[in-house]
Amino acid sequence: MKKILIVDDEPNIVMSLEYIFKKEDFQVYIARDGEEAIEIVENNIPDIILLDIMMPNVDGYQVLNYLKNSETLKKIKVIFLSAKNKASDIELGLQLGADKYISKPFAVKNLVKEVKELINKK
Amino acid sequence: MSSFLVILIILVYLAVIFYVAYWAEKNSKSRWVNNPYIYTLSLAVYCTAWTYYGSVGLAATSGLKFLTIYLGPIIIIPTWVILMRKIIRISKGNKISTLADFISLRYGNDRFLGALVTLVCVLAIVPYISLQLKAISETFNVITNHHISAVSILDDTTFYIAIFLAVFAAFFGTQHTDASERHKGIITAIALESVIKLVFFLVIGIYVTFYLFNGPADIYNKASVLPNFEAQQTIDGLNGGFNWFLLSLLSMIAIMLLPRQFQVTVIENEREKYLKKVIWLFPLYLLLFNFFVIFIAWAGNVVFQNQEVDADLFTLLLPLTNNHEFLALLVFLGGFSAAISMVVISSLALATMLSNNLIIPYGFLRRFSKAESHENTESIKNIRRISIFTLIIIAYFFYKSFTLDRSLVSIGLISFVLIAQLAPAFFGGLFWRRGSSKGAKYGIFAGFIVTVYTLLFPFAVESQLITSTFVNEGLFGLHVLKPYELFGLQLFEPVTHAFFWSLFFNVIVYSLVSVSKLGSYRERNFAEMFVDSSKYASLQEGAYVWKGEAYVRDIKNILTRFLGERRTERALNLFYVKYDIDKNTQVADARLVNFSEKLLTGSIGSASARILIASVVKEEEISLTEVLNILDETQKAKESNKELKERDKQKDEFLDTVAHELKTPITSIRALSEILLDDEDIDKPTKRKFLTSIVSESERVSRLINNILDLEKLASGKEKLDLNKNSIKSTILKSVDPFRQLSVNKGIRMDLNEIEDAEIVYDEDRIQQVIVNLLSNAFKFSNENNGEVKISSFVNHNKVEITVEDNGKGIAQDELISIFNKFYQSKNQTLLKPIGSGLGLAISKQIIESHNGKIWAENSLHEGARLTFTLPLNRN
Repeated sequence: MKKILIVDDEPNIVMSLEYIFKKEDFQVYIARDGEEAIEIVENNIPDIILLDIMMPNVDGYQVLNYLKNSETLKKIKVIFLSAKNKASDIELGLQLGADKYISKPFAVKNLVKEVKELINKK
Repeated sequence: MSSFLVILIILVYLAVIFYVAYWAEKNSKSRWVNNPYIYTLSLAVYCTAWTYYGSVGLAATSGLKFLTIYLGPIIIIPTWVILMRKIIRISKGNKISTLADFISLRYGNDRFLGALVTLVCVLAIVPYISLQLKAISETFNVITNHHISAVSILDDTTFYIAIFLAVFAAFFGTQHTDASERHKGIITAIALESVIKLVFFLVIGIYVTFYLFNGPADIYNKASVLPNFEAQQTIDGLNGGFNWFLLSLLSMIAIMLLPRQFQVTVIENEREKYLKKVIWLFPLYLLLFNFFVIFIAWAGNVVFQNQEVDADLFTLLLPLTNNHEFLALLVFLGGFSAAISMVVISSLALATMLSNNLIIPYGFLRRFSKAESHENTESIKNIRRISIFTLIIIAYFFYKSFTLDRSLVSIGLISFVLIAQLAPAFFGGLFWRRGSSKGAKYGIFAGFIVTVYTLLFPFAVESQLITSTFVNEGLFGLHVLKPYELFGLQLFEPVTHAFFWSLFFNVIVYSLVSVSKLGSYRERNFAEMFVDSSKYASLQEGAYVWKGEAYVRDIKNILTRFLGERRTERALNLFYVKYDIDKNTQVADARLVNFSEKLLTGSIGSASARILIASVVKEEEISLTEVLNILDETQKAKESNKELKERDKQKDEFLDTVAHELKTPITSIRALSEILLDDEDIDKPTKRKFLTSIVSESERVSRLINNILDLEKLASGKEKLDLNKNSIKSTILKSVDPFRQLSVNKGIRMDLNEIEDAEIVYDEDRIQQVIVNLLSNAFKFSNENNGEVKISSFVNHNKVEITVEDNGKGIAQDELISIFNKFYQSKNQTLLKPIGSGLGLAISKQIIESHNGKIWAENSLHEGARLTFTLPLNRN
């Protein structure tokens, strides 16, 4: 079973994402901010992370940075899932090393498709 | 010592200096070349052979007076962090390369003024250079035991040294056509020489004081029995005091205006912050240099009493007579390095002045404007090289053909007095808007004539050893016109006397002429820029206001002639990018005209640059008031532009945040509804949960929109306040009502015991909105287990203060102000997301401010946050 980590501080968004990916047979982990995300990742390496950017304390950029600086964690696939959707935001996100950047609000079907594609890609 | 050996040592020494300069030029980016220490040491070019020999000579014959030459600089240098910074900024901003350029630009690119300054400098400095050559030659003769000076020039070592110095200065001084560029090779070599001359002088000082004698006390005891000793070591009453004062003032001017000092301090300055080192390090250098002077002088007087020995040579003769030839050689080399640094820098500075302020503007402009760029740059460099050679050769022949029998000090001081004639125009120009070019010219003339009459002329007459009725009885036998006692003034010695009167007339003429007639619009414009330099520095090219027309093509043509195709293209591209101007613009604006003038100034001087550019520009005169108005307007336009940009930025940020805040609930709504739509076998409780979420998220969106509109209305003042006389106590109690149930449910205690009443005028709904907002925050953040919220009001003599306190964690110190910003969310939030929109406090602030009240947050002494707002009792 593939493992997915959802990092977002909006309870309702988390609720919807959790439902969607459980349905798709993922093992779902949930973090409500960057700090929690790092804690989870250190104990339980997921295959893919859906990462919000604007969060209190440790934000999405910092989490990605943390991952990219670790030998064991840098291979985890990361999708930024953010309401920041200016071209410059997207460019910055990809430059930092995210595999994909999906803007909020997102279409559920499309999100699922992108996640599956990314996981199956070697 | 054999002359062959000494010549060999000189050659080795010169080779080292040449190599150092060469290395520095190659490694001009190195940290060894670019640091405040090199800069400070290069300023010590102030200490010439005069310091080495002349100070001792003066100390031996006249006591402590030699100190004045160093006291002036030591007093003025600490002000450089402000004063010199201003001068350096102006010079760099305008690509100024000489003192003459500086003065001529200040007075509206006045060509004649630049030439006049150049002539004064040449007249003052060339004899001074001769003196250095004389010092080299004399000390060479002393150390090699020659007593006859060489008959033929070709046998004279000094001649070859002079030629070498000319080659050195010409080679390293003309690497760039742009004379405002730094000459790192020369400066590094000068800095090295400054170390050498100081160290060797200290060595000889220690040797004389502690080896030949048993310390300072011993020298003092032996010297104090000599005749005249007491008289020499005092300031000598009021008269002497005046002399001291004026000599210090003179040296104060000299340290800033001697061409070589202007060159090393202003033109060669790499970074302004170096001045911070200079202000203590350079005075320290001067103090060290002068530490042993008086002891060497006393020692000389003791050792050579009753002998006919030139006191100027004490430093050299003391080790020689004691057969310490090696030490004597050190002294010779120290004096030699002091002399050659002065010759090199002075001739470089003078040559740039000659070429940029005299030769090019008066003789070569027409030719330049026709020739190609590489020819022009070569010509400019050649003019400078030839100038350097000519200056040094003239100085050499000056020393050869005139019996410079006077001591080093007196000729040095005459040169100071001449240079001081530039002081009124220079400093007046820096601080006095009204100073005009006419005033400057007439002032310098007047000062110069007085100097000639009271100093140069009698000095020349006396040095021919002719007793003259002119000196003793005055012109036409009028005692009032006695050159050394003009108008019966008997207070001063000749030099200070001349300095006093020349400066006196100079200042009077400069100010009277300046006041009586307004300068041209152009010089008034530059006057503004120089006097108020900090204000105009930021405007850069925009600072010069100009009306008229010119074509880019014409200006480009001129630039190309001097800079070449590529550099012109590059410079213009940079200019276009900087000011965001379309590349294909045909008509030049004031900024381009100004920019081009600056580009040329470094190469051919400001006056020539002005003339060349003016030849393709049709200019209209505009009055000063017009200029100032336009300046004012551009300034205002810039400011309001900046404000607008700032406001735009804030608006953008606000919109970004609003978009983000709106998208978040919409994301939930969309995702949840999509699931509900597609997933048919979703169970009932989940479905219910999802639908509830959708409803609450929709409410969140509308709340947010309402808040934003509310805030916008308040901020723009569109909504009028509904002002009525109300009781504050009843408003507070009304606001508290909805919380009573919550307080019971959550077990949070509400304290309503300290509410004072007052009847005041306000919009009750709005104030209720504020109180509700503060209360809901307080409930949200109060202590979880033992919550407590207190609301109180307190009537002051002119206002009522309403305070809401909780007993939670309080607010982080750095967030006390920012919590009132729109969408600000505390970093320390324990709750996942506030229920509010992030706009509550921003709206409250807006409401209170429109009531002329204040709102602020603080932490109470025990625990928890404390938010207070005030309402004025009288709404006026």
